[in-house]
Amino acid sequence: MNQSDFLKVVLPFKDKVFRLAKRLLVSREEAEDATQELIFKLWKNKEKIADYKNVEAFAMTMTKNYCYDRLKSKQASNLTLVHSNYKEKETSLDKKLEYQDSVNQVHKLIENLPEQQKIIIQLRDVEQYDFEEICKMVDMKPTAVRVALSRARKTIREELIKKHNYGVS
Amino acid sequence: MELANIEKLVEKYLDAETTLQEETTLRNYFKEGNVAPHLQEYAYMFNYFSVTKDETYTKTIQLEPKKSKRSNLKWLSVAASVVLLFSVFIGKNKYDEHLQRKEAEKIFAQVNKGFKLLSTNLQKGEQAVATLYTYENKVNKILK
Repeated sequence: MNQSDFLKVVLPFKDKVFRLAKRLLVSREEAEDATQELIFKLWKNKEKIADYKNVEAFAMTMTKNYCYDRLKSKQASNLTLVHSNYKEKETSLDKKLEYQDSVNQVHKLIENLPEQQKIIIQLRDVEQYDFEEICKMVDMKPTAVRVALSRARKTIREELIKKHNYGVS
Repeated sequence: MELANIEKLVEKYLDAETTLQEETTLRNYFKEGNVAPHLQEYAYMFNYFSVTKDETYTKTIQLEPKKSKRSNLKWLSVAASVVLLFSVFIGKNKYDEHLQRKEAEKIFAQVNKGFKLLSTNLQKGEQAVATLYTYENKVNKILK
């Protein structure tokens, strides 16, 4: 497998890796480093990649594990993620203030979810993987994935309603 | 899509029982913007999901490892230890040579001393023999 073959395999899902990393590590720089690191790891194991049927699922699992490790080492060194200095920068967002606001709200709500639910909602609702693939990626049973996903969706919805009503009354 | 149908799908969605296809239907409905007020929060959620999916990794991918200072230091230490080992080896050789030379000089001095002693004693003997010769010559002259 040479460099261009490898890139052909990796490029279609590099953004997914990046978004999952960003979901877990919060900051864009961290997520970029993680993505670079992961692709480099894959490149080093390129001989093995040819044997995998589903490189993408494998990469997502690696991403998840890598981010967990990063988070753990951060906790160990007493560094916590600071959410306050973090901003969404996408230009497509600033169409309307209210629209932007709702998007940010959802973002913050997902940030407050437990890690497992974060991953699952990212994989399902953002990346639209089917359940079978998600089960493989997070190494969980289908029912457990469904329960976690359902919980995450309900939490987000309830919080949104709460905030909305609070704003109105 | 009828509202009743959407409501049903939304219920299924909350229980995580929708298929990907059904979720696409929901996504399209909420994207259109004509959302029933009591379903507004879902519009926020689906909006967010599709916006998030637009985000991409923009940096170039490097497949070569970065040259870090740490790895340089590692190689430097390897080189240093090789140099040290080599210099100790050379030094040991030189020192051995030096010792050998000293030993040889010592032996040479001793042998020299021995030879000198021998030669002085021999000279004494020669003189004695020479006087003996003169004596013999005189005796021969007289006897003739």
